[in-house]
Amino acid sequence: MNPVVRLSRRRFLALTGVSASGLLLGGLVSGESYAATHGSEASGQRLNLFVSLLEDGTVEIIAHRSEMGTGIRTSLPQVVADEMEADWARVKVVQALGDAAYGSQNTDGSRSIRNFYTTMRQMGAAAKQMLEAAAAERWGVPLEQCRAEQHRVLHSDGRALGFGELAAAAAQQEVPDPAALTLKSREQFRYIGRDVPMVDLHDITTGKAVYGADVTLPDMVYASIERTPHLGGRIASYDGTAARKVRGVLDVVELKAPEGAPGFNNVEGLAVIARNTWSALKGRKALQVKWTPSEHSEHNSEAYLDALQEKVRSGPGQVARERGDVDAALATAGKVIEAGYRTPYLAHAPMEPPVTIAVVRGEGCELWAPTQNPQATQAAVAAALGLDKAMVKVHVTLLGGGFGRKSKPDFSVEAARLAAHVGKPVQVAWTRGDDIRHDYYHSCSAMFLRAALDEEGNTTAWLARQATPPIGSTFDTSVNLMEDGDLSQTFGSVPFAVPNLRVESHEAPAHTRIGWLRSVYNIPFAFGVCSFVDELAHAAGRDPAEYWEAMIGEDRHLDFAPEGFEFSNYGRPIAEYPYDTARLKNVLRTLVANIPWGEKLPAGQGWGLAVTRSFLSYVAVASKVSVADGKLQVLEMHGVIDAGTVVNPDRVQAQMEGGMIFGLSVALLGQIDFEGGAVKQSNYHDYPVARIQHTPKTIRSHIVPSEALPAGVGEPGVPPVAPSIANAVFAATGKRIRELPLSQHFSV
Amino acid sequence: MKLKVNGRAYETDADADTPLLWILRDELKLTGTRYGCGDAICGACTVHFNGVPTRACRLPLSAASEGDITTIEGLSEDGSHPVQEAWRRHNVPQCGFCQAGQIMSASALLARNASPSDDDIDSAMSGNICRCGTYPRIRAAIHDVAKQGEDAS
Repeated sequence: MNPVVRLSRRRFLALTGVSASGLLLGGLVSGESYAATHGSEASGQRLNLFVSLLEDGTVEIIAHRSEMGTGIRTSLPQVVADEMEADWARVKVVQALGDAAYGSQNTDGSRSIRNFYTTMRQMGAAAKQMLEAAAAERWGVPLEQCRAEQHRVLHSDGRALGFGELAAAAAQQEVPDPAALTLKSREQFRYIGRDVPMVDLHDITTGKAVYGADVTLPDMVYASIERTPHLGGRIASYDGTAARKVRGVLDVVELKAPEGAPGFNNVEGLAVIARNTWSALKGRKALQVKWTPSEHSEHNSEAYLDALQEKVRSGPGQVARERGDVDAALATAGKVIEAGYRTPYLAHAPMEPPVTIAVVRGEGCELWAPTQNPQATQAAVAAALGLDKAMVKVHVTLLGGGFGRKSKPDFSVEAARLAAHVGKPVQVAWTRGDDIRHDYYHSCSAMFLRAALDEEGNTTAWLARQATPPIGSTFDTSVNLMEDGDLSQTFGSVPFAVPNLRVESHEAPAHTRIGWLRSVYNIPFAFGVCSFVDELAHAAGRDPAEYWEAMIGEDRHLDFAPEGFEFSNYGRPIAEYPYDTARLKNVLRTLVANIPWGEKLPAGQGWGLAVTRSFLSYVAVASKVSVADGKLQVLEMHGVIDAGTVVNPDRVQAQMEGGMIFGLSVALLGQIDFEGGAVKQSNYHDYPVARIQHTPKTIRSHIVPSEALPAGVGEPGVPPVAPSIANAVFAATGKRIRELPLSQHFSV
Repeated sequence: MKLKVNGRAYETDADADTPLLWILRDELKLTGTRYGCGDAICGACTVHFNGVPTRACRLPLSAASEGDITTIEGLSEDGSHPVQEAWRRHNVPQCGFCQAGQIMSASALLARNASPSDDDIDSAMSGNICRCGTYPRIRAAIHDVAKQGEDAS
């Protein structure tokens, strides 16, 4: 019996990567092995991807990562198809369920291509070799005489067999040793490096694309949930009488939150269950709820940031990295420059608010959700309902934006709990107000920097302190200090060739759920660091671009260990992905060469730039602004990225454009405030994000050609944007803005 | 109450204050029209109401029942509206969630102004948020449609 048929409804050819870390392909196992391990995590084997081949020749490639706009549902299958010699027109991309067998599916951290590029090439190459072996067997000829090309296997004498004709036989072939596979050379690439359009493009432009709220099940009911306005609040009392009288309302249900750190659990709330969305929303408005206070119900973000800023200015914190003797250098310096910076909380605000459809049947729960991390959804729902993970089935829809919000499955836990209570399929759809007020917020941050300059204006000492509530607090409430892993995002990993350097952390206890948002701590830290370098350049009377080069110093690979700093390098070994100052300087030089840097501008206009390395990519951004009558306008933005090898240049361009515009929102507009423990903002009118009129008419990105290992793309465009704009504002006006967003100082 | 959507007549017993958006989505299963803010701020739910771009999340059924409604599903049979084609030529979408609303706003703009300037585009499209930041390509795609119109005439 063909194991493939037993495994799934279709014939199936292949191939999986196995490794303890899920990062590297340790071996290839057959469909039979997959069948044995599928759904049974105890075996410890991990399937990174599989390819199946239908007898009509359709190649089905599993997308195990979530599509939220990066194009990953296209780019990774594009890699498989290339090595496999599949005809892209005959490829069907199939979205994976959440399953540990795939390895990590957490579509986060700009790591889909960098972690799975080689694996996917091996998947494709293995499939191709099995097809060639099947053809050789059929023809009774040596394997060397057979060669796959564009969906057929050709014999040197001119004979050919289509992939579909070989499907069953190929599935019976021995699975090749990945070490023995021959991967294509660059010149042989058919799809890698090409602008393959997104597989979902037609559905998106015709309204047919399926996002979370577009799934309907028979008998489905709709829930809208009123949640505690402050972290840790509980229902003190409520009256649901009026809500129950609203036409279409079926029930009012208390949704208790478990004790302990927030994690991915639901927060406490009161749910209105109704026959349709509008009834649920009207019923919810009619609810009367009183909440208990908590240790966070006095949180006031402005006072809190004031206190953090005073703390970092006034005293030493815990040392994370140290070189030379900063104190001695500062004490004897001719010139000392210092500055404090601060950045606010931010909300993700993806266009599609959180939503999940859940149904509990028998012993299992099935969910449809726009999740970046279906296995986290599976685990959180299993824990909430007391089920075995294998009994929780998670379907991943398209995501209407994610930016980190949708890797936290609290909203799916809500749907699962309500589905268990109601006994019918339940859709939990968040309103925009829910989304803005119950996010896992991007952390606020207070920074203080102090530097010593010698007579030529060279920096001889760099002291950097910050206090920032850490993401770890969401999972362990005792965590209140940035550690080396957090500081590896720009603040602790500055590439400066200064003789004396020290980086410090102060405690910052969290008062809300802190989460990761597109480019994470690099946002505040790049703002502080890249603004301060600009300040130093001006204090030294030197050109900022030239000063950046001087700060970075000579070409080298950075070694942080001797300075007591454990550089996390975005989860990859430093030997594999060194921090290469030559590449950093190259993006800066390329940027400056591509813009009229140094041009004479009319009064009120200026250029500013910033350079960062994040998610293993090197990015430089320059912005040109005008400031007139208190109105700030960004006229141009230019980005240069060195992301190593790129699979789909058009999607990399799109991520740079989108990343720069996301950074524009951060720079100009983004701010979440807490008062009395509750978020003050509620929708896009008071939590504005960049619109078309904020977007510069000139926005360009340049990809540095590279054959280096692929690096991150989704996030690295964001961090340099805000400091480039603030630096441009200084160039235009002489006014140094040390806090975000800039809308506090200018009309935008 | 009666409703005319994409040339088809429907009958609903929903409350008269129900926003059109929820009739489209919950009852008619025309899910291409998206919820983004519920307050006519983001444009994800843009439809044509008697040809005018209108936010379905704030248009009550009582008002909607008096006119002709076109949703993204009714803009063209097969996705061949010039704006849809230009959106694909320029690979405009990223996550795609807002794009039906963007396309409805852009097609209404081009119907009344065949050759819009950048400022015309910014003004007509300022009510449609794209969190992914596809604005540069939206501008380029709209200009492209305008140019093709000129070339054809």
